[in-house]
Amino acid sequence: MSDDIAKPEELSKVDYRPGDVVWTDPTIDFHKGTYSYGANPESSKYLGLPHARKFNPEDEDWHLPENWKEIIHEGLRDRLKKYRSLQVFMDICVRCGACADKCHFFLGSGDPKNMPVLRAELLRSVYRNDFTAAGKLLGKLAGGRELTPQVIKEWFYYFYQCTECRRCSVFCPYGIDTAEITMMGRELLHLLGIGIDWVTTPAANCFRTGNHLGVLPHGFKDSVEFAVDDLEELTGVRVEAPVNKKGAEVLFVVPSADYFAEPHYYGFLGYMALFHEVGLDYTFSTYASEGGNFGLFHSSEMMKRLNAKIYAEAKRLGVKWIIGGECGHMWRVLHQYMDTMNGPADFLEEPVSPITGTKFENAKSTKMVHICEFTADLIHNGKIKLDPSRNDHWKVTFHDSCNTARAMGIFEEPRYILRNVCNSFHDMPENTIKEQTFCCGSGSGLGNDENIEARMRGGFPRANAVRYVHEKHGVNLLCCICAIDKATLPPLMEYWVPGVEVGALHELVANALVMEGETRPTDLRQQPFGNQEDKEDA
Amino acid sequence: MNAIYAALGVAALLLIVSLGVAGANLEFVFGIIVPYAAVALFLLGFSYRILKWAGSAVPFRITTTCGQQKTLGFIKSENLENPHNLIGVLGRMALEVLFFRSLFRNTKAKLNKDQDLVYGRDKWLWAGAIAFHWSFLIVLLRHFRFFAEPIPSFVWGLQSLDGFFKIGVPVLYFTGLILLASVTYLFLRRVVIPQLSYISLLADYFPLFLIMAIAASGILMRHFYKVDVVAVKEFTMSLISFQPAVQEGIGFIFFAHLFFVSALFAYFPFSKLMHLGGVFMSPTRNLVNNSRRKRHVNPWNYAVKTHTYEEYEDEFREVMRNAGLPLEKAE
Repeated sequence: MSDDIAKPEELSKVDYRPGDVVWTDPTIDFHKGTYSYGANPESSKYLGLPHARKFNPEDEDWHLPENWKEIIHEGLRDRLKKYRSLQVFMDICVRCGACADKCHFFLGSGDPKNMPVLRAELLRSVYRNDFTAAGKLLGKLAGGRELTPQVIKEWFYYFYQCTECRRCSVFCPYGIDTAEITMMGRELLHLLGIGIDWVTTPAANCFRTGNHLGVLPHGFKDSVEFAVDDLEELTGVRVEAPVNKKGAEVLFVVPSADYFAEPHYYGFLGYMALFHEVGLDYTFSTYASEGGNFGLFHSSEMMKRLNAKIYAEAKRLGVKWIIGGECGHMWRVLHQYMDTMNGPADFLEEPVSPITGTKFENAKSTKMVHICEFTADLIHNGKIKLDPSRNDHWKVTFHDSCNTARAMGIFEEPRYILRNVCNSFHDMPENTIKEQTFCCGSGSGLGNDENIEARMRGGFPRANAVRYVHEKHGVNLLCCICAIDKATLPPLMEYWVPGVEVGALHELVANALVMEGETRPTDLRQQPFGNQEDKEDA
Repeated sequence: MNAIYAALGVAALLLIVSLGVAGANLEFVFGIIVPYAAVALFLLGFSYRILKWAGSAVPFRITTTCGQQKTLGFIKSENLENPHNLIGVLGRMALEVLFFRSLFRNTKAKLNKDQDLVYGRDKWLWAGAIAFHWSFLIVLLRHFRFFAEPIPSFVWGLQSLDGFFKIGVPVLYFTGLILLASVTYLFLRRVVIPQLSYISLLADYFPLFLIMAIAASGILMRHFYKVDVVAVKEFTMSLISFQPAVQEGIGFIFFAHLFFVSALFAYFPFSKLMHLGGVFMSPTRNLVNNSRRKRHVNPWNYAVKTHTYEEYEDEFREVMRNAGLPLEKAE
């Protein structure tokens, strides 16, 4: 954790009353800890993006291209035609304020421009000024605002202080979704060569190597083999985990952090243990070694470019269908965009679980099934043997990640699994879970080190709800099904709620999983199983 | 400041109609030309906006899901909060349009002394909005007694319900009072709540004042400055039968009321009031969440530059071979 950041007691003193400066003033104070670094021009160039240049948000002059205004106008006009969401959301907001205190960044910072309504007004005021009759005639009186280089800086600041979590859209009487506004805002900025490195460089890596981390094919294979060895050491069971195997039944795609970072890795071991136990014929792919898609945080085109490999690889390997691992934004792309962008997947078969015979009707067009759907079905059909008491050392709560919650509605599958794999599960308060879940504060590419203050502020509502169950029920494990969560919730917990670990759902599944031929003294973290103490007592 | 400008705007409207009708006797202009022009502007403008929205593509199915998805048979899905079929969407939209479902969810966040965020229920905005919109609708429907002969039975029904307590002569309609009270509430919250006052534009205050003026002039006309109702009806019927004729003896207050209403009609398509149409067209609400079940087609989907497997293998063939990974091409 950076030393620059204030103590939690200080940071949580938030004043929700707006100050004296009117919001139409676009001046931004770029202070360290609240913004992300500009994109590395090498990455932008590799991706063929326009106007790639080195830029530091704190610089006075951002060296905008000469015709920058024209570019923005053209870009906005184009997108108003391409996206009804944008066109309608520009026109119908009544500024009722219902969204204001729904944003985690507003709740954590009190900055009025973090109220979703104002975040959208930053763009809407320019739209009104330059695109509507009333704005052209009446200007400021009609709520119009001139597009200036300062406004571009302001957009950059606030469109990268939104995690596209869509919580506001749940409460908006018209379903106005700030994620749409932010996505369009970011696309417009990219037209001027303005982006952040934590998005553009992973996207460039992903384009080249198939994953955000830039793991090369042999590195991926090593990681998988390493995990197989680890799992054998931990369970006494040697599993098979094929890579690039043609003719496997299922292609399994995970976010790259799963095989690279902790605590993701325990979930990765969990998938492999589970698939071995039920005898699933699957393969990993080095080319499709990333389910996550930072293109979603960049532009619709980048999303499509990075996503294309999944169907392409499924076709090349000749699999029947695809399973996707635990990840939030990855699943927004797979659920709401993939089939439209890169389908139809008519070369695949409608997914049927070879173990239970269950047809995944809900995925019959994309042919891609969420690991939680797959596992919940196994449990429901009694196909795996589980001993939940092995997780008795954990008191668990579940964090719904924004995208799987508000762009899919996968609420009960993970909870069903949890109730079967552990004995102590406590949901956080109802205003902070399921469709009302709070973001980790670091989604949509904001989970970088330099942005730490904004992250801790944005994650405050989530952490606060965890603190509630931590104090009330002694919760010590925050379980989640999102790679960004697993990367960014640990520092968030360390900062706000020390004593709560973060874990993957399939880590708990594998802990509870009774495997044939196993010799398992510990859980996947090499801690004694929760029921071990009782046994020793006996 | 925005509120003051907006109030001045409505005051200017009053001044215009006063000078025009009471001063210059331009009943013909304010009784016939302005209303016709306003309604024409409303119809054209409204249609233009809807067509413009409809002409904008819906490339992706971006439903905001507020309930459990439909997946496995043993997990209960919530069709109204996360629609998986047309019935679900129709139900969701009906709840949204008629009962403001999403606004009903509203909460109020508070940071208490222990630095704990707590979320209380907050139904005030919902209640105010429901009271406002429904009373406005009923008031509007009641006005059909001026636009149809014989008066339709639903109007009689509404009138007798609305005036159930039979207070005063003519009977006091509660919806009129509720409309005025709720629009006043919607104004006051904009002034009193700091965040709301911070975000409010002139365009947020103006329609509130205009509607206040409409409701107030209507109530004044009915109960205080009584006008010749028979003459008014003859006039309104002449308007809708396109044989307009201004009747003698209709009081000024009627023209003021009519002018405010005309202003609202004319203003409508150019303003946020278009949420009336927009609420039906919001892609996060009116789409079925079945993206994986049924392919959604993007009309402007175009080919993009990807990094194909062939290119990938060409770049990494050497390390792949050394790692024992299967290859498509040996060289």
